[in-house]
Amino acid sequence: MADNRNVKIHVENLQKSFGKHKVLTGITTDIHEGEVVVVIGPSGGGKSTFLRCINRLEEISSGTVIVDGYDVSSKKTDINKMRENVGMVFQHFNLFANLNVLGNLMLAPTELKKANKQEAKEEALKMLDMVGLLEKAEAFPHQLSGGQKQRVAIARALCMHPDIMLFDEPTSALDPEMVGEVLAVMKELAKKGMTMVVVTHEMGFARDVADRVLFIADGIIVEEGTPEQIFQNPQNQRTIDFLNCVL
Amino acid sequence: MGRILSEYGIYLLEALGKTLLLALLGLFFGCIIGVVFGLLSVVKSKVCNWISLVYVNIIRGIPMIVLALFVYIGVPYAFKNFFGTRVMLTSLAAGTICLAVNCGAYMSEIIRAGIQAIDPGQMEAARSLGLPYWKSMFRVVLPQAIKNMVPSIVNQFIITLKDTSILSVIGFPELVNKGQNIIARTFMSFQTWIIVGVMYLFVILVLQWVAKMLERRLNRGR
Ligand SMILES: Nc1ncnc2c1ncn2[C@@H]1O[C@H](COP(=O)(O)OP(=O)(O)O)[C@@H](O)[C@H]1O
Ligand SMILES: [Mg+2]
Repeated sequence: MADNRNVKIHVENLQKSFGKHKVLTGITTDIHEGEVVVVIGPSGGGKSTFLRCINRLEEISSGTVIVDGYDVSSKKTDINKMRENVGMVFQHFNLFANLNVLGNLMLAPTELKKANKQEAKEEALKMLDMVGLLEKAEAFPHQLSGGQKQRVAIARALCMHPDIMLFDEPTSALDPEMVGEVLAVMKELAKKGMTMVVVTHEMGFARDVADRVLFIADGIIVEEGTPEQIFQNPQNQRTIDFLNCVL
Repeated sequence: MGRILSEYGIYLLEALGKTLLLALLGLFFGCIIGVVFGLLSVVKSKVCNWISLVYVNIIRGIPMIVLALFVYIGVPYAFKNFFGTRVMLTSLAAGTICLAVNCGAYMSEIIRAGIQAIDPGQMEAARSLGLPYWKSMFRVVLPQAIKNMVPSIVNQFIITLKDTSILSVIGFPELVNKGQNIIARTFMSFQTWIIVGVMYLFVILVLQWVAKMLERRLNRGR
């Protein structure tokens, strides 16, 4: 791993509890510029929580998270500024139901004065073209298939020109025949050098695209390594059991 | 019936005008109060949630006739006794306060429920793009919530319109109050109440028709 690259996400002893329930019990890792990190692990292990702590959709309980130079763990940090730089894609798409596709893509750039209407529209059309949905610019979310929705959601995040993209099981809610189109867009992004953290059960994607795989269970990183190390030669018994179940 | 219409028609129309004026004022301020307390009940602040909860429960627990007599008679009486100051509230002002405070509590509940019915993922997606809380609320969550709330809001409008009749007890010259005056002079209570009833019914039917058109237009957008 090229450790001389910029550290984009620094996580140190991250802990998160919901009331008495300890969900993350101490996560430490550095994610570098341009790195694609795939997070795998059993359901309920804390993968989503880990991702949501990175852009502070969840308040962290203790530890340090520094994203792009912003100290996410500090109350004083301008969290909105940080989030402009960190795109997130959700399992259930979460497209704005009251806006059409262009409206979804243009809302944040125009509201946050990143661009005027004209520029935002041109940018939105460019991003739609990239995800292959130019002809859906005027459609409303409920008129799209799941795969199309997720591609729009990715385009929406990209319109803010983020440095980092977080994906929380982006293909888990899709019919099987639509998984490929979404993964293809994500591969394209990875190729362009985007820093990505991807929670997924698509082991094929992990193998092909990941620079590093984290296996998270019971709120800690049980094992991490290159896809070869994790898939061909896992060391920890929990990793071995999990992979036996999913492969 | 013809006699009442010819002799008191103008008089009743005037009363209808007062009823509508009071209802509009009550609804206007009621909506503002409702939005404020509705938002207070959904923001991430225990204190704000609690303030809204207390307000809504107090108002829901008191009949409006009690509230009306308290505001119009009780409060000025207290001022006179304890501070020696004369506070005069017109019946229109007192009526507006009562209607607004009452309608506001129910609107607050409608708005709270409407916002909470929207998938939290909508707010999260907006926040994840860097949009501040209130921008996300006003541009993403509320537009969706309002669309779902329209039938309940129209229902509340109708209730508030009918609630103006309660304010006849503080002498506000709305339809019921004037109807009673007419009966005192003519002794024709059967005919008078039919006419008054039909007037309310007519206004409410018109209101419902307008609401239907509005709903249809809102739904065309999606
Ligand atoms: N908002 C919340 N309140 C309480 N418990 C939660 C909340 N979010 C997640 N949890 C709990 O945290 C644990 C980890 O959840 P999650 O991070 O979603 O796991 P994963 O994404 O790996 O399936 C689960 O036991 C879940 O019930
Ligand atoms: Mg999850």
